[in-house]
Amino acid sequence: MIRVTLPPHLRKLAHVDGEVLLTVSGEITQASVLDTLEARYPMLCGTIRDQVTHKRRSFVRFFACGQDLSHEAPNAPLPTAIASGAEPFMIVGAIAGG
Amino acid sequence: MSSVRVLVGTRKGAFILTADAKRTNWKISGPHFAGWEIYHLKGSAADPNRLYASQSSGWFGQIIQRSDDGGKTWHQPGTPEGESTRTPEGMPKAESNKFVYDTSAETGKPLTTHQWYDGTPHPWEFKRVWHLEPAHADPDMVYAGVEDAALFRSSDGARTWHELAGLRGHGSGPHWQPGAGGMCLHSIIIDSTNPDRIFIAISAAGAFRTDNGGKTWQPINRGLHSQYIPDPTAEVGHCVHHIAMHRSRPGILFMQKHWDVMRSDDAGDSWHEVSGNLPTDFGFVIDVHAHEPNTIYVVPIKSDSEHFPPDGQLRVYRSRTGGNDWEPLTQGLPQNDCYVNVLRDAMSVDSLDQCGVYFGTTGGQVYASADAGDTWTAIVRDLPPVVSVEAQTLP
Repeated sequence: MIRVTLPPHLRKLAHVDGEVLLTVSGEITQASVLDTLEARYPMLCGTIRDQVTHKRRSFVRFFACGQDLSHEAPNAPLPTAIASGAEPFMIVGAIAGG
Repeated sequence: MSSVRVLVGTRKGAFILTADAKRTNWKISGPHFAGWEIYHLKGSAADPNRLYASQSSGWFGQIIQRSDDGGKTWHQPGTPEGESTRTPEGMPKAESNKFVYDTSAETGKPLTTHQWYDGTPHPWEFKRVWHLEPAHADPDMVYAGVEDAALFRSSDGARTWHELAGLRGHGSGPHWQPGAGGMCLHSIIIDSTNPDRIFIAISAAGAFRTDNGGKTWQPINRGLHSQYIPDPTAEVGHCVHHIAMHRSRPGILFMQKHWDVMRSDDAGDSWHEVSGNLPTDFGFVIDVHAHEPNTIYVVPIKSDSEHFPPDGQLRVYRSRTGGNDWEPLTQGLPQNDCYVNVLRDAMSVDSLDQCGVYFGTTGGQVYASADAGDTWTAIVRDLPPVVSVEAQTLP
């Protein structure tokens, strides 16, 4: 199972508490994880990445295993610790006022 | 017995204020969607318990929420809480948050550029929904005015949206430019006698009208004079802040422009100034009494750089003559050290026999008058900055 953590606003929007557990088929990448996440929680479509271009929203960041993966290619494999479920894939809202 | 529901959008959530027809004791529910910017909420005239809300965030984008029970519960259209979010075929039930400019060859227009603040070309980019306007007769039909300026329509209760691309595709589009708040389509008025006639306003392009349900549009800015643009009488480029109309007189429009309060007696074909004796004719809101189509309200703001009332005195001005002759309404409003603003969608009226008037401030107060503006009381004083106010009169 892939573990995904959402920022509080999106947890509330998706009606979930704590981590989301996803079964992702195929290679474990940002794109495949987000595809699976949005398929299960369509109310999140457009909140993390653009609905058409799939470009990450500017104020959203991706972290895992102590690394900033925000600028990695969407189809690049995620670290094996994510694929094994040892570490969560963290979706984080940028710290920026408001 | 009739009652009133006031829908309040703020920078950090929505609030719903309710009272009976006396409008003295108010119940406040909220915050709904806490932490999100709620630019606008509005109920359907055909089904008052059908509410739509624009929920947005600079981080997470645009969400559309709908309530079918007067705001007790909300859901994103097509994804009711507790129900499967997927069709039996495994597809998402809805795309209620999806606002995509229509560039299709059949119905759309190419995605060109508009002007940026410095006059350079800038690509059209969707940012948020500023205003939601349900159709008069069909609760499932609702219009959305968005930034960057365009008009969308949903015919299925906000499950899906389609741009009325004729507006953005009007030949003047490349000359539109953003106002300080962004290039937003913030005002939508549907003619109560002819649903194919719609008026909209954009900051800072001006006002437009369609007479064929949104297929084609014409700018309606003749008579506007804006000294802050290169050609003060240009066809487009005016920073219209808000427009208002009484449903019994669909040919008569009132406008609060960046500066100037304006009136049109010919459905926008021409405008004339009715600022009259106002202390300043800068402002954002303008609204019309529910039963007296010649009685209008504005809240004068000191200037385009000093967004607060003159002399620290919060005053609503009322004209009973359709403009030019204005009287200050002060009773119950702070007359010392008040430096709040009242934003463009933050005034509304109810339609009880004694018309109620409501407005919200950037200081978080929502003021109500149950006597058409003669006296005011604060329903609530300490909300987040108020962006929008809509009053519903319930049977």
